Amino acid sequence: MKVAYWPGCVSRGFTPELHGSMAKVAPLLDIELVELDRACCTGAGVIAEHNQELADTLNARTFALAQSVEGAELMMNICSTCQGAQTECQERLDANAEYRAHVNSTLSAEGLSYEKGLTNKNFLWLLVEEIGLDELRSRVRRPLTNLRVGPFYGCYIVRPYDRLGISSDLPRDTYLAQVIEALGGTVIEYAGSHKCCGFPIITMNKEASLKQAGRHLGDAVDAEADCLVTPCPLCHLNLDLQQPLAERVTGRNLNMPVLHLPQLVGLALGLEPKDLGFARHVVKPSTVIDWSTSVVAGVGAGSSSGGW
Amino acid sequence: MPAMQEFTLRVRRYDPESGEAPYWAEHTIELEPHRSVLEGLLQAKARFDGSIGVRCSCRAAICGSCGVRINGKPGLACHTHLDKAQASSQTGDGVITVEPMGNMPVIKDLIVDMDAVHWKKVQRVTPWLIAKEPVPEREYVVDRESMVDVTQSMACIQCGACVSDCLSMEIDPLFIGPAALAKAYRFVGDPRDDQQFERLQDLAEDPHGIYDCTHCFKCIDACPKGVAPMNQIMRLRRRAGDDYKINDRNNGNRHERAFVTLIRDYGLLHEAELLPRSYGGDSWFGKFHPAAGQEMLDSLPVVTKMLLRRKATPKKAIFGHKIPKDDLNAVKRIYETVEDRDDRYELNLYISGYDEDSEEPAPEQSATAESGGEGMTAAENGQPGMEPEDSPTREESDPEGEPTS
Repeated sequence: MKVAYWPGCVSRGFTPELHGSMAKVAPLLDIELVELDRACCTGAGVIAEHNQELADTLNARTFALAQSVEGAELMMNICSTCQGAQTECQERLDANAEYRAHVNSTLSAEGLSYEKGLTNKNFLWLLVEEIGLDELRSRVRRPLTNLRVGPFYGCYIVRPYDRLGISSDLPRDTYLAQVIEALGGTVIEYAGSHKCCGFPIITMNKEASLKQAGRHLGDAVDAEADCLVTPCPLCHLNLDLQQPLAERVTGRNLNMPVLHLPQLVGLALGLEPKDLGFARHVVKPSTVIDWSTSVVAGVGAGSSSGGW
Repeated sequence: MPAMQEFTLRVRRYDPESGEAPYWAEHTIELEPHRSVLEGLLQAKARFDGSIGVRCSCRAAICGSCGVRINGKPGLACHTHLDKAQASSQTGDGVITVEPMGNMPVIKDLIVDMDAVHWKKVQRVTPWLIAKEPVPEREYVVDRESMVDVTQSMACIQCGACVSDCLSMEIDPLFIGPAALAKAYRFVGDPRDDQQFERLQDLAEDPHGIYDCTHCFKCIDACPKGVAPMNQIMRLRRRAGDDYKINDRNNGNRHERAFVTLIRDYGLLHEAELLPRSYGGDSWFGKFHPAAGQEMLDSLPVVTKMLLRRKATPKKAIFGHKIPKDDLNAVKRIYETVEDRDDRYELNLYISGYDEDSEEPAPEQSATAESGGEGMTAAENGQPGMEPEDSPTREESDPEGEPTS
């Protein structure tokens, strides 16, 4: 399937391994990515906090660009925060024709216009709703047997559930667990899976922010997870990049690898760890794969013999 | 009349004075499925165990007394149907779990100490109007729009559901929290209040104030009245930073400014610039400010790892990434157009409602429809799900009929 692909900023900035691994995984799932390289940042809620109309207009521009991609079935993102920020703007744009016309009049200078009703899905939603778990299962080449994976969703992709269309018929807040299972891994339940990583307040209340990250990582350690997986690069920044500082604040060793969703999928679909950018993580995923043999979990785990 | 049906309630029991650990007690009650969890609890209390502690009063979702956690989610016991609660059971066998709310100490069973947390925090924000002088002989005359703006925060019934689930407060118990901050907006947004600047400065400078909220949306989902406390906190930030230019010591406003400026200048987020600017100020020179230097030093272990693992290359850290030039110009044009307006254009769906022609029912509308009869009717003033033309903002503006104090 062909999708208008919005990679976000951080996946091309501080977590380049996310964008890279998505590009590697897409062909294995027959997804054709048409990158929206002309679009700008969603604002991550911060631009909306400053000026709602500005955020809505910038995102309407992205939606209009996505709608002009010929043959694309929908728009896809790989960032929980992008999903949440975009859905918030889209909710307002779709709810009120007068407002939509007002925003479109700003876009008209560029010859763009957003038409109500764009479908925008995170890679996680696309995996479950468009590709389907059975299809995904059939494409697994290296089942994640014995790999104990804790899901970490990110707030923006699970709340508010009305806006995101989450219901008993569409249990999007359970998809990560379902995907882990479909890839052959073991889902670890722990307290922090649907909580906040703390990233949004890292510059405002650093201690509270790191305590949040540290607490969830610690809960995952206590539940004996081998690693976490997240569809949100901002969560990844607080959980992986900031993990040394989270260890300092919480006073315990964590050493919990955090994988991006496309990395976990790629691993199961048979891609080489090297190609999925694991070497770029702050916390080495040595509990996930043995670098020298590319053996996933179970066999070889814990015996990471150099090469990092 | 619908047939009676059996429901099993699993109630968390705890009496701190007993010295015994909390435990679960199961009671099977018999009621029509549309009756409330509260009615179920009261039947269990009457038939099986009179010592179950539960607080309630109006039984009509307006007094805010019966806030509890049902199947892990906060809500009003009187506002939740037994059949719905059974359907959302997490136990797999349809048992309805009822627990006290979180983030507040338990007094007994389902009764939490609202005074120790919730009411204390509400007092913290000076929850009354500080009248502008001189006090008019008769009433204050205010324009309709500005009062409509605060109706959403006025819908709060002080049940504490948002406090129960606040993820910031879980980590930082000093955080003023969603309910009290929504209350603060009720007065900051009120044109009759004389101390809007002072209120905002107080809440912005407090390390546990408006910038301590993490955007987790928990309070939005928790609120049984559609108050969306997080949205009110964002409004407080907007007023503090943009209207009153309060440059708080928590980097809240600097962070927002830096973010907004970087997207205008690059189109994409330039993380390596955002962090130092959030501490040092919104310009290229921000990184040379002592506060930015201190932060860099503090984060040295992280910065070193980043470079070692090639998460960021020095080139990218210095120059960032940009969108193509023509597109960047388009983005800048949007900034100019929108930021040049005399007034910010804000659409609050709680007030404006959703277009009728929506092919799919708007999310909040469908939620209201599904839960029809749960105490919140769509026709209520300022409720989500109301038709646009019924909305206070869409009414013909009648200068003679402005709301007054």
